[in-house]
Amino acid sequence: MAEIRVEDLHKAFGDFTAVKRSNLTVGNGEFFVMLGPSGCGKTTTLRMIAGLELPTSGRILLDGEDVTFRRARERDIAFVFQLFALYPHMTVRQNIAFPLKCQGMPSGERRKRAADTARLLQIDHLLDQPVSRLAGGDRQRVALGRAIVREPKAFLMDEPLGALDAEFRHLMCQELRALHDRVGATTVYVTHDQLEAMAMADKIAVMNQGIVEQYGAPQEIYDRPASMFVADFIGSPPMNFLRFNGAVTPGSTAVKLNGCMLPVPVIDDGRAEGELALGVRPEHILFEDGSGLRGRVFGSEYLGTTQIVTVETSHGRVKARVPADVAVRTGENVGLAFRTPSLSLFDAASGQALRLRRPAEAAHG
Amino acid sequence: MAEIRAQGLSKSFGSIAALQDLDLTVEDGSFVVLLGPTGAGKTTTLRLIAGLEQPDRGRVAIGGQDAAALPPAARDVAFVFQQYSLYPHWSVFDNLAFPLRSPARRVPEDAIRRRVQEVAELLHIAPKLQNKATRLSGGEMQRVAIGRALVRQPSAYLMDEPLSSLDAKLRAELRLELKRIQQDLGATMLYVTHDQIEAMTMATHIGVLKEGRLVQFGTPRQIYESPVDSYVATRLGTPRINLLPVDAVHVRAPNGAAMVGARTEHIKLIERPVNGTTVGLVQRLEHLGDQSHLHLQVADNKIVILVDGHSPLKQGDPLGIELVQPLFFDAGGRRVAGA
Repeated sequence: MAEIRVEDLHKAFGDFTAVKRSNLTVGNGEFFVMLGPSGCGKTTTLRMIAGLELPTSGRILLDGEDVTFRRARERDIAFVFQLFALYPHMTVRQNIAFPLKCQGMPSGERRKRAADTARLLQIDHLLDQPVSRLAGGDRQRVALGRAIVREPKAFLMDEPLGALDAEFRHLMCQELRALHDRVGATTVYVTHDQLEAMAMADKIAVMNQGIVEQYGAPQEIYDRPASMFVADFIGSPPMNFLRFNGAVTPGSTAVKLNGCMLPVPVIDDGRAEGELALGVRPEHILFEDGSGLRGRVFGSEYLGTTQIVTVETSHGRVKARVPADVAVRTGENVGLAFRTPSLSLFDAASGQALRLRRPAEAAHG
Repeated sequence: MAEIRAQGLSKSFGSIAALQDLDLTVEDGSFVVLLGPTGAGKTTTLRLIAGLEQPDRGRVAIGGQDAAALPPAARDVAFVFQQYSLYPHWSVFDNLAFPLRSPARRVPEDAIRRRVQEVAELLHIAPKLQNKATRLSGGEMQRVAIGRALVRQPSAYLMDEPLSSLDAKLRAELRLELKRIQQDLGATMLYVTHDQIEAMTMATHIGVLKEGRLVQFGTPRQIYESPVDSYVATRLGTPRINLLPVDAVHVRAPNGAAMVGARTEHIKLIERPVNGTTVGLVQRLEHLGDQSHLHLQVADNKIVILVDGHSPLKQGDPLGIELVQPLFFDAGGRRVAGA
């Protein structure tokens, strides 16, 4: 297995820059997810790692070795496209063993490797079935098996679950992650689905317009987004931004919105007077009668355990996730309070987060 | 707008009964969502109502008028398909204007322009009106397809998973918009999806379909809080309801109950369990961004509940579990009233 390093990787198609001087390291055995909207450069980056696309400049290192201009088949990487691409007339065993046959491996060895792979995927009871008779989930497992059986240095996957419905996708996420825990292969996975990223990744790189906006562990990215783009892209509903004008000095512990002082974690950065945005996730909002920050309930969406309540404030619409048994009426005037340690603060012009000092315990409050 | 009524509707394809004896009323101005997995009969229902398929038995009435003799075009319903079908050589504007330019309607050109502009703004595609349909992203094309239904004011809208090809953010946005549009227009809407969030957030009523049969019809809250059987109970709620044999937990079960169904809000966690409490062991904490799922092993069963993302729980930690007014089901999965 292998470490993948991407150094100053740049790719332009004519006037259009798909990837801008990106740097990434995928650790040995890591499940690495590139997350972003369509057109952000994630698939282009993946295709360059695979060798299906040549970079305009920059380097790609596989286990320390420069493979930037190596052909795709010389890289010892398995690329999983849409998981359903199987040979319909072959059995499960023949499908899984097919890449080995192409390599010219003797048939006894092939049989053994295919059986081992099937056991890993828990489809060994289906080995002699034709794939055309399999259910959707099992077909996906066979397609995965065809990638695993080669024992490549790394797996690259491009939205392999994109075509599935939500429920099945979550199931496959858990299965892929469990499989990763058993095989331990370096994996680079591309998706626009934040749930897939959060559920599977060791590390996530959030990409936007060819740039890596943030790189880190899932919870870290969720809790401390580096930019408004990341804060808005992750979370459902996404983080709320309350825009206001003000200045902050290092060391301050409150911001003033509409004449109302709101406590925030200790601010390490200073900003001259300008537009700022206070970021608060829907689940960190509480209804508090005494609060000076007020708004009018616009509507609520019932979700069973919880509900999403949309409140119109003088700083825009705010969505709060509260338990379903909290009674709210449309049109009602409510006070809003925030869980201070979980707040974020952004420079609204640049979209960049201000550095906040959050004691470790506070983050666990 | 008009009421849609289906009575005893049945349809088979070869040996497969796609729909069996469906009775369904979509009241004037209501937003009914048919929810079910692939093959449950959702799309067949829509197509029968639209007149794209003929039923084997049963009848469809739109606005009190029997639709049996009416071809699709005469039924005055607007259909949005899962796969958008736009005229690729036309601009977005012309695609949106098309339903209004039908010779049968004769809408004046300035009224068309106003209506198209309105709908384009609603769906955030106004800047793309002059683009060719092929120069749009998938999400934009789907919005044009929805827009093409919205420019008209038919008796009812029929929508077949119109949001399933969009990314999560756009889907959430359009969910709210569609609901708002439907309320503003007082439109009658029959909407098909396998996405429970869409069903919960948009529907005035949900019809849960299973293998061609309507299993339950009610408001989202009724379906969620009082499902008629364990199948319906698993259709709504994330994480999914935990179904356990009644003897796996300490709970006072009514006669005839074989399974207990416990959602997150039915489970009280006790940090220091005492004797006699059901104990579960923490397996893992799954962070999904806005939600974190706690996986607990309770004897031979697994349960999954919603917890705070910053919970300090570690693998192997014991936790007491107390069930508060859970649901009960008999051996066949039918709901049994609580003790």
